[in-house]
Amino acid sequence: MSLHHTASQEATRRTALRLLAGLGLYGITMPSIGQAFASDAPGWPEAAFKAKTQDEVLAALYKGKLEMSKDVTIETPEIAENGAVVPVSVSTKLPGVTSISILVPENPYALAASYKLADASMAMVGCRLKMAKTTKVIAVVEAGGKLYAASSDVKVTLGGCGG
Amino acid sequence: MPSIRMKAISSGDTTEVQALVQHPMDSGFVKDPSGALIPPHHIETLVFSHNDKPVFTAYWGPAVSKDPYVKFAFKGAAKGDTLQATWIDNMGKTDTGTAKIA
Repeated sequence: MSLHHTASQEATRRTALRLLAGLGLYGITMPSIGQAFASDAPGWPEAAFKAKTQDEVLAALYKGKLEMSKDVTIETPEIAENGAVVPVSVSTKLPGVTSISILVPENPYALAASYKLADASMAMVGCRLKMAKTTKVIAVVEAGGKLYAASSDVKVTLGGCGG
Repeated sequence: MPSIRMKAISSGDTTEVQALVQHPMDSGFVKDPSGALIPPHHIETLVFSHNDKPVFTAYWGPAVSKDPYVKFAFKGAAKGDTLQATWIDNMGKTDTGTAKIA
C-alpha cells in the first residue's frame, strides 16, 4: 500500500515537472498576438464550445431532449492520476448515428469534443481529454435525429487545466 | 516535420484509424513561468477523407489533450487506398497528412 502510494506520488511529481518544462517552452515560442484573432475554422461550432454548462452546450448543438440509454457505452478510467490526459471512448450499437459529443461539465467549458460521423463511419470514437477536477463525463450520441446519452465518473487527482 | 501520424488498418470492410497530431492544445487557462496567461491555441477541426469524401470530422475545444490522439473506424475502403487528414487551429494554421491503408 505504502509502496504504491510512493510510486504514484513520484509519477505525479514527474508529470508536474514535465508540464512545467513544456509550459516554459510554449511561453517562449508563442506566436504574435495578432494571429490569435484569426477567424475560426469552417464548421466549428463556436457557441457550443464557448458554453459553460451542459444545457447550454446541448441547446447550441442539438434540438430535442437527452435520453439516458443503455445502448451507449462510455469508457473512462475510474481514477485519473493526471487530469491532462484522460482516455475516453464512446461506442454504440444504435443505427443511424450522425454525431458523438463528449462533455466534461466540471471543465471551464463543458464541451470537450464533438465528432461528426459520415454514412461510412462506425459508431465509435476514442480520444484523450483534459479534466480540471473530479467530474462526470457525458457521451451524447445523435442517432436518427434523437439524442441518447451515457455518463461515467472520473476521479481526478491532479487537475489538467493549469489552475 | 509532419504534424500528423496516422495508422489505418483494414480488416474485411472496416478500416480502423488511429491518429496522433503534434499540437500544444493550449487551453488559455495556463500561466507561463512569468505569470502571464498563455493564450488559447488549439485545433478546431480535424477532417479525415477517403477518395475526397469526409469519413470522420472532429470538432475540438481546448479540453482535448496536448498532442491529440483520436481513434475511429469506417467502412468502404480497401488496402492500398489513401486516407487524408487535415487540421485547422484557432490561429488559422493548418496541416495535411496522408497514410496508405494497410
